[in-house]
Amino acid sequence: MSTFLTIAVIVLFFVVIFQIAKASEYVAILKGEDNSRRQNNKINGFMMVVFLLLGLIGVWYCNDLYYDKTLLPHPAASDHGEKVDSMLWITLWITGITFIITQVLLFWFSFRYQESKTRKVYFLAHNNKLELLWTVVPAIALTVLVVIGLKNWFKFTSEAPANSQVVEVTGKQFNWIYRYPGKDGVLGKRYYKEINDEKGNTLGQLWDDKNNFDDVVSTEALYIVKGRPVKLIIGSRDVIHDVGLSHFRLKIDAVPGIPTTMWFTPKYTTKEMQEITGNPNFQYELSCDQMCGNSHYSMRGIVKVVTQPEYDEWMVKQKPTYLSTHPELDPANQNKPASADTTKGATAKLEARP
Amino acid sequence: MSNEAVLHTGTGEVIHDTHHDGHHDHHQSFISKYVFSQDHKMIAKQFLITGMVWAVLGGLMSVLFRLQLGYPDQSFPILETVLGKHWAPGGHISPEAYYALVTTHGTVLVFFVLTAGLSGTFANFLIPLQVGARDMASPFLNMLSYWFFFAASVVMLSSIFVQTGPFSGGWTAYPPLSALRDASPGSKTGMDLWLIAMALFVVSSLLGGLNYISTILNMRTKGMSMTRLPLTIWALFFTAILGVLSFPVLLSGFILLIFDRNFGTSFYLSDIFLTSTNKALPNEGGSAILYQHLFWFLGHPEVYIIILPSMGLVSEIMSTNARKPIFGYIAMVGSLFAIAVLAFLVWAHHMFVTGLNPFLGSVFVLLTLLIAVPSAIKVFNWLTTLWRGNIRFTPGMLFSIGFVSMFISGGLTGIWLGNSALDVHLHDTYFIIAHFHIVMGVASMFGMFAGIYHWYPKMYGRYMNNTLGYVHFWITIAGAYLIFWPMHYEGLAGMPRRYYDYSIWESFKQFIDLNRFISTVALIVFAAQFLFLFNFFYSIWKGRKLRTPNPWDSNTLEWTTPIHAGHGNWPGEIPEVHRWAYDYGKDGKDFIPQNVPVGADESQH
Repeated sequence: MSTFLTIAVIVLFFVVIFQIAKASEYVAILKGEDNSRRQNNKINGFMMVVFLLLGLIGVWYCNDLYYDKTLLPHPAASDHGEKVDSMLWITLWITGITFIITQVLLFWFSFRYQESKTRKVYFLAHNNKLELLWTVVPAIALTVLVVIGLKNWFKFTSEAPANSQVVEVTGKQFNWIYRYPGKDGVLGKRYYKEINDEKGNTLGQLWDDKNNFDDVVSTEALYIVKGRPVKLIIGSRDVIHDVGLSHFRLKIDAVPGIPTTMWFTPKYTTKEMQEITGNPNFQYELSCDQMCGNSHYSMRGIVKVVTQPEYDEWMVKQKPTYLSTHPELDPANQNKPASADTTKGATAKLEARP
Repeated sequence: MSNEAVLHTGTGEVIHDTHHDGHHDHHQSFISKYVFSQDHKMIAKQFLITGMVWAVLGGLMSVLFRLQLGYPDQSFPILETVLGKHWAPGGHISPEAYYALVTTHGTVLVFFVLTAGLSGTFANFLIPLQVGARDMASPFLNMLSYWFFFAASVVMLSSIFVQTGPFSGGWTAYPPLSALRDASPGSKTGMDLWLIAMALFVVSSLLGGLNYISTILNMRTKGMSMTRLPLTIWALFFTAILGVLSFPVLLSGFILLIFDRNFGTSFYLSDIFLTSTNKALPNEGGSAILYQHLFWFLGHPEVYIIILPSMGLVSEIMSTNARKPIFGYIAMVGSLFAIAVLAFLVWAHHMFVTGLNPFLGSVFVLLTLLIAVPSAIKVFNWLTTLWRGNIRFTPGMLFSIGFVSMFISGGLTGIWLGNSALDVHLHDTYFIIAHFHIVMGVASMFGMFAGIYHWYPKMYGRYMNNTLGYVHFWITIAGAYLIFWPMHYEGLAGMPRRYYDYSIWESFKQFIDLNRFISTVALIVFAAQFLFLFNFFYSIWKGRKLRTPNPWDSNTLEWTTPIHAGHGNWPGEIPEVHRWAYDYGKDGKDFIPQNVPVGADESQH
């Protein structure tokens, strides 16, 4: 019923507008088209200024409402992010001023030079000086932006520092897999045809490469250390994904077959950021930013920025995939073969030994 | 006095009848006049109306997925009735349906509405009329161009009705998602149909484009030198060149994709293990990024294919209604040329985050930001055209002013996104959605509306209703800003695009109220477009009749034809051209049409 009513109201509204529009056309003809055109012109000319003023107020009001909900009120969480932010502000000033000037001119000229019987138009076909002016000035402004931008760009894409922590991030439909290189600091080789989810080898690690033996694979969270540069080696198991780290102001695609990298230095731990933002539920989130299928929107990862001791403590608890996929080689299993899930029979046998 | 009598008093009939002498206006059957027509004016109308149908469908799709974004918790039983239990169970759009709608909305709006609907309509309609030709270089190819577009439309439409749904991997159709049937239901039959439709579309676009170029180069009337062409024609000329040079590259990309999908090749595929089938694919050595290069080699010129015709239409309409010459004609042509050239050299700015070579990236930053220079020239020239003019606010003029406003707003954010170091933050967030909808979507739609309102009298011999036009304009411009302006803030929060639901995200869920607001405004703006549609179709039969062949006191040649011009356009000789198209307000004369010889005492400019 309410749907029907809504439709009826909308239709009625349209009919009213249409009738007014038609009536105004008759009136125009009866009054003389020229007169009514001039009248309409005045109304629309007036609307130009109204729109300009309401628009500028709207821009301010929108900023007032939503600025606090963006990332800008709080500091960027990485060194690169700070550069992005400072560049963003410079760009905002340059484009913002241009925006205001050009929009004001556009709507003001429209209002000011609306048709008038007395005005004689100024026949102005071209003016080289003016045209040169608005070629050169934007060119200079853009040069400044390009220089700042490229300086940052080359910094962001430079080699990661030698002391960087290395983590491999792999996207798949629809979650993230993180691999840490273990004590040797080297990630072992992998081959996608060796992937076997049932056996727990989700990345296709090659067990004939010894570097794989201590590699830790986790889907829990991306653990990184405050103040220590981190280099992410990014890949995908199936379609293209994208590692989006909005708090760190960085993102890069995860492409199957073509590894990509990204590095930055986190500045605040998750806990510190919870205080900075005043949000006790705050988490650094890793969002997939490249359309990857129907659950794209739920491909959420968590980044935990912790201190070095916290990181070490967490890492100690992690078991390399090599051991979890080869339980018979796990020293933990060899020391105390009587684990909780072994049968009583087995326990009895052991006890029987001298 | 009856309505008709009020509307149609006067002497219009006399002028209107003279065209029957034209030897080209022979009697035609319904089929050859309205269906398989070879008259460029009729083909233009076919493009326009097909484009309008697609605009309504594409717009409706956006309203549907905006319902999900704005009201994720609310159930709309009518959706289940319309879309069925599979696509909208319990009145909630499913993720599958959401992505299918997003994808089809993008494809349809970019290609079918803003390419075929916009340049298809106005290139066909205006090129022969404004250069002074009786028809296109090849009317037959021109007809084929429409019918290939029609076939593409039918195939695309049919993909909505297949069991696994239409393609749902985004309008850019990046492989491997688009290449692997098992990666997504939409990548099954839906993607096959999508590719067929797009291939047909490319054929249509090439047939049209070659025709436009040869007509402009070869069929200009006596005296119509290139530098006397109206800016509409220059813009359509560059648009056609862009299309002819870049659409084949897109097609080649699609062909490789078809091979990967059907014949076991590995152009785009490598190292893939699909969770859905739990199998590793045999393909190795391909590059998923290769497709993106091929796609954006068209994809970037494509956005200029969309915006350039609007720039041309707006330049013409603005000069006519400001009663003042366009400022800096040569600079306007030069900037169109610069934009057309640069359009081919900036495609990789869509790929800053794919891990492309940083040095290559820096070159693309430089070239991308360079485009801001010709764009700035155009804006300042439009502003100067208004300055000290005598402006008539016809609905066409209002939309032209709206176009410039939108072009400024959306163009400036291009400077943000073209700078790679900022793009790594804003890429694929709502910031880019705001940017391209304003600068490409809304601005080009405004150019199209301006063109329709302005040339409607030439198309149908009647006026559209002005008051409806005014209401349409003010609702649309206010609504467009209300929808897209706040999206910048969502982007500055890092909120990713193409998300079905944000509720699980601590970083992005704070915008639910804003999303509701945007969706509501989108619904209203969509509804307001029916004012335009009604106005358009009603006026074809019931609009106020034209009494003069030149209702806007315009200089260009199309207004020298009879009100109802037959096939062949001019009943007698094609007029000779003696001057450029912008002698408005010269020597105290309001306007001097192009076919008026230069007087002895006329001043030089």
